[in-house]
Amino acid sequence: MTTLPYLVAGWLFLVGCYGLVTSHNLVHTVACLTVAQSATYVLLLAVGFRAGATAPVFADVPVGTRVVDPVVQALSLTDIVVAATVTAVLLALTIQIYKRHGTVNPDELRTLQD
Amino acid sequence: MNRRARLVLFAVVAPVFAVLFFLAVRGLPSFGSEFHPYADRAVAVATGQRATANVVSSVNFDQRAVDTLGEEFILFGSVVGTIVLLRPAPEERDAGLRPAGGVLPTTRLAGYLLLPVSVLVGLYVIAHGQLSPGGGFQGGVVLATGWHLLYVAGRYTALRRAAPPTVLEIAESIGAAAYTAIGLAGLVMGGAFLTNFLPTGSFNDLLSGGTVPLLNGAVGVAVAAAIVLLLSGFLEQAVVLRRTEEPLAGSSIGTEEPLAGSSIGTEEPLAGSSTTVDDAEQR
Amino acid sequence: MPPTVQALPPLLVAVPLVVAAVLAASGRVLPRLVIDAASMLSCLLVLGSSVVLLAATGSRRVVSWLGGYSPVDGSSVGVVFVVDRIGAGLATLIAALVAAALTYTWRYFDEVESYFHVLVLLFLAGMVGFALTGDLFNAFVFFELMGAVAYALTGYKIEEAKPLQGALNFAVINSLGAYCSLLGIGLIYGRTGELGFAQIQRALIGQSTDWLVLVGIALVFTGFLVKGAAVPLHFWLADAHAVAPSPVCVLFSGVMVELGLYGVARTWSAAFWPVLPAERLRPVLMAAGVVTAVVGAAMCLAQSHLKRLLAFSTVGHVGMFLIALGALEPAAIGGLSIYVVGHAAVKGALFLCSGVVLNARGSVDEAELHGQCRNLPVTRICFLLGGLALAALPPFGTWLGKTLAEDGLSHGGFDWAEYLLIGVSAITGGAVLRAGARIFLGAGTPPDTEGDTRGSEEQPETTYHLGKIPVTMLVPVVALLAGGLTLGLVPGLPTLAHDAASQLLDHTGYAAAALDGVSAVPSPAPTESWTLSGLLLGVLSVLLALVVAATGLYLHRFRRLFSQVPPVVTLPFRALRTAHSGHLGDYVVWLLIGMTLLTIGLAIT
Repeated sequence: MTTLPYLVAGWLFLVGCYGLVTSHNLVHTVACLTVAQSATYVLLLAVGFRAGATAPVFADVPVGTRVVDPVVQALSLTDIVVAATVTAVLLALTIQIYKRHGTVNPDELRTLQD
Repeated sequence: MNRRARLVLFAVVAPVFAVLFFLAVRGLPSFGSEFHPYADRAVAVATGQRATANVVSSVNFDQRAVDTLGEEFILFGSVVGTIVLLRPAPEERDAGLRPAGGVLPTTRLAGYLLLPVSVLVGLYVIAHGQLSPGGGFQGGVVLATGWHLLYVAGRYTALRRAAPPTVLEIAESIGAAAYTAIGLAGLVMGGAFLTNFLPTGSFNDLLSGGTVPLLNGAVGVAVAAAIVLLLSGFLEQAVVLRRTEEPLAGSSIGTEEPLAGSSIGTEEPLAGSSTTVDDAEQR
Repeated sequence: MPPTVQALPPLLVAVPLVVAAVLAASGRVLPRLVIDAASMLSCLLVLGSSVVLLAATGSRRVVSWLGGYSPVDGSSVGVVFVVDRIGAGLATLIAALVAAALTYTWRYFDEVESYFHVLVLLFLAGMVGFALTGDLFNAFVFFELMGAVAYALTGYKIEEAKPLQGALNFAVINSLGAYCSLLGIGLIYGRTGELGFAQIQRALIGQSTDWLVLVGIALVFTGFLVKGAAVPLHFWLADAHAVAPSPVCVLFSGVMVELGLYGVARTWSAAFWPVLPAERLRPVLMAAGVVTAVVGAAMCLAQSHLKRLLAFSTVGHVGMFLIALGALEPAAIGGLSIYVVGHAAVKGALFLCSGVVLNARGSVDEAELHGQCRNLPVTRICFLLGGLALAALPPFGTWLGKTLAEDGLSHGGFDWAEYLLIGVSAITGGAVLRAGARIFLGAGTPPDTEGDTRGSEEQPETTYHLGKIPVTMLVPVVALLAGGLTLGLVPGLPTLAHDAASQLLDHTGYAAAALDGVSAVPSPAPTESWTLSGLLLGVLSVLLALVVAATGLYLHRFRRLFSQVPPVVTLPFRALRTAHSGHLGDYVVWLLIGMTLLTIGLAIT
């Protein structure tokens, strides 16, 4: 199936959202956010693939060889490292929430309701 | 909303989104198609006028360098944000290292053997970013995780002493500022911000690619320092800090350095630990 | 084009970034004064440069290809910054608001080394970058930069429980929205193979509007509309505003939210218009605007937490912005741009006033502060004036922008919009006036606030309890309010705004400037300014606001009347309030619902 990789991306995104909706633990929530983000990487990299082509590094292949799309690889690469640090911010918030509320269960956090 | 209402709503919306997404991806070029206009242009520029063998690095640090500048500063901002969020609250203090369990001799040996190897690999990956898969981001992460073998194989205090937070923060800021400074130099020398103004050298040379190796180095330093800072901040929370009233077993509070002006309680170094190192590093 | 002006746009981003890095490294040894001064100086540099750009964009778009990758035969590998009048105007607004926020925090704000200033400078760079960029992925990067820094700024006061939960809700929902945008970018890249706005536009000309581009565009818009707080993607806004430090709220409500709407406008106009004609986008934007305005106004009335009240009034105004934007023609969007600037000034002043109240009295709860702030004269006048300005009191910028937008909408055939705009601004202005009268004048009876998010547990933001309010906290309040007032008096502003809107909507001109080097724009033709009927409608709006305020203040006298209202009428309001539960899972479900509705909406028009 030529659309399977793209469908995998959609599946990952929905699974991540399902986890976010049903989470009992804020650490689990942050991890589900990472799963949802990995959907974007899969989609970008799948869009960039070229059948029968090699990696876009010409250290050992002659110039002119067919290579896959380097642009989406560049985008995903930096995004992965940066996502790790943004996850750190979310986890820092979670730690402090635990210290102030005594719980990390979203169902028990009731300070902001109307 | 209660739990059931939320699940019901999700069960209604998710299939609709799935159908829409399926309809959308049916319109994409089939997996592995030839249609990549931007990619072809990028490869031509990288291998042609820029003499950079690793096209991904060329895209990241030359052609779309401002994207990487933004990502670099997202990283920087996240680290600053984490430091701000994990700072000591007034009722927390650095109560010294809890006595740790022993480390197996085999773990210690493996760690001390692997440490120089991983640091070397990290530096290699950073330095050869323009030639082979790698670069500042990847090499920086390898460097940082290699550094933490000090904690895995040794003692937390060894890690702290080898990588004091002050030095790390300065290193990270220098890396980030250097990236911008190189971009500004490009403006002065080449007429546009982030111009690749250095001679591009010859293809497959270590010093090819113009400013790409320099930017790789700046990013490598910044990323390594950032990851070590982040991990050390979280380790502090888990290993060292405690409330002033009662020492909670296994809890995680406090900070690495009491900030000037905050009201941290007294330090009580545990026998045999070296938390006095922290005192020497305070302002 | 003089080389200096062309080199300016990237500097607006680079200067705050490098100053932030230096401040972070040296923050532990620098005295507070140096940190304050250095950040203020870099902010003023950005402000000065944006004013230069604003002047330069009168006759052309300023196009800056980074890395020197100028286009050859209409294609390039680099990233471009394309600055037109709207972009330069936004950059000026951003820098001005950051300057006001930095003045407010001068010296007395409880700071951790230099980190608050570092985060604010990074926020400045992210916002300015987003306003100036001409590339879709670059816009996403600056969007993420804004977001990551905003999460830390929101959760800044870690000693309290609420900021942390508010920050986490904000962070998860905004991040999820950003990932939706990135999915959309991936889909668009799959179809066009390009990332720059102009290149995408040229690649989409002649293509059919199939599901791929529809879903891709809807996903990109979802991320921007999460930032822009359109219903049902708006739940994070009140949670974040309630707990973030007041100067940060100024930036959020004043310009960060509006940048989300700008993102929708810019990407549609510069990239997506070939496959999404205005007739298809218009109903969706207007429908979203109507729902947002009504929800914002209704929730605004029910708040007793001052900052939450202001946050929901922002949601109401965002609804009005969306309606004006949905007209997709120059008169309405010209009015919208003036309205946005006026709203930013007034809302900023109101948030800073609530910060002053918090620092002086230790609370932001309307009930608790009843009559407590009678002896804060400057704050009292500014707050009440701000409430009147929100209700579109002439000659404030909010009134001028609203009038011009209403004229534009009526000419487009949307007369109902006029009544809705008057109603919503009257309600939001009235709620602010009611709160102000209670707090500063001691009028009326304390409200009934069981089970609400109370504003009584907030902690002051200064290092110590302030006796006398320092001048550096009052000057930005007065300056912002004065700016909002004089905006309506500037001669020729309607013409400039109309011209700026025309530039925004000039699709092919954008591509020609970016890719072909044809950057000149036609000089503006004078347009009609405000009319007498506009003046009268403004006065009407203010009078309605006063009625709303009085009703709120003396509710107990009408209680017998209200108890006869059938539950059918009050049920929607109670359901609406229950929906704002503070629970993250709820917000995620609403986000998915909003995204799906947006896609379906675009498909069926």
